[in-house]
Amino acid sequence: VVRLILPLLGGALIGISATLLLLLHGRVAGISGIVGAALTPDTFPSERRWRFQFLVGLIGAGALLSFAMPASFASSPGTSLLRVGVAGLLVGYGTRLGSGCTSGHGVCGMSRLSTRSIVATGTFIVSGAVTVFLMKQLGGYS
Amino acid sequence: VSGISYVVIGAIFALGLVVAGMTNPAHIVGFLDFSGDFDPTLLLVMVGAVLVHGVSYRVVMRRSSPLWATKFSLPAMAAVDGRLVVGSALFGVGWGLGGYCPGPALVSLPTLDIETLTFVGAMLLAMMVFALFPPDRFLGSRR
Repeated sequence: VVRLILPLLGGALIGISATLLLLLHGRVAGISGIVGAALTPDTFPSERRWRFQFLVGLIGAGALLSFAMPASFASSPGTSLLRVGVAGLLVGYGTRLGSGCTSGHGVCGMSRLSTRSIVATGTFIVSGAVTVFLMKQLGGYS
Repeated sequence: VSGISYVVIGAIFALGLVVAGMTNPAHIVGFLDFSGDFDPTLLLVMVGAVLVHGVSYRVVMRRSSPLWATKFSLPAMAAVDGRLVVGSALFGVGWGLGGYCPGPALVSLPTLDIETLTFVGAMLLAMMVFALFPPDRFLGSRR
């Protein structure tokens, strides 16, 4: 039961975080957009500041939680650094080109019933599933 | 107070990801593994988040403006275009390969795990390449 309740509870916390960002500041809690725009040179300083503040909270909490709940953190199942490097490049470029990731499209956009986000979420789940299937055929996760 | 609120909102987001099990990439790969032992964790996370935010979004948007800002800054684009589909497809391939999307990868950064560091470094590099060399010249300008 815990295996079912914790994901729902964690999801609800993500929903609460997204709600606070919208209610207080009118902004969308899309992680790839927040990081990507923070790294974009022509982003206005005031637009950059809140993004860094959000990331301080996100990564700072990660630091505290990695001590408090170390069992919840595991490394990537890809054993080769080359593979995780390629994965990171694809995730970084793909989320910027596609204007969002699991949080922006999958949570915030789906909550708004945005057609773009529903298409994006369906697309990355299908392409991810195909990738995992092919990797398994190649013995990639063993 | 406004600055602190962003820090707190980011921290709540991180807590949600960790409680939900998203900082364990095995749950992502298990969710995407339709041919093996399907792991419903990610599905439940999205259900929990969309249930809460799907309702709260509608309540918040009855307001004419946010509490601490003059207007709502929501994505304005409505059309499904090639960038959206190609970008999302590329993201999905990386997601399946690495088991990380951007949020959990950043939250896991302080573990200083070499694979996490490599993933995040590559992700930030690709985002900077996107920012410095906008794909407009070979994909056509947006709008």
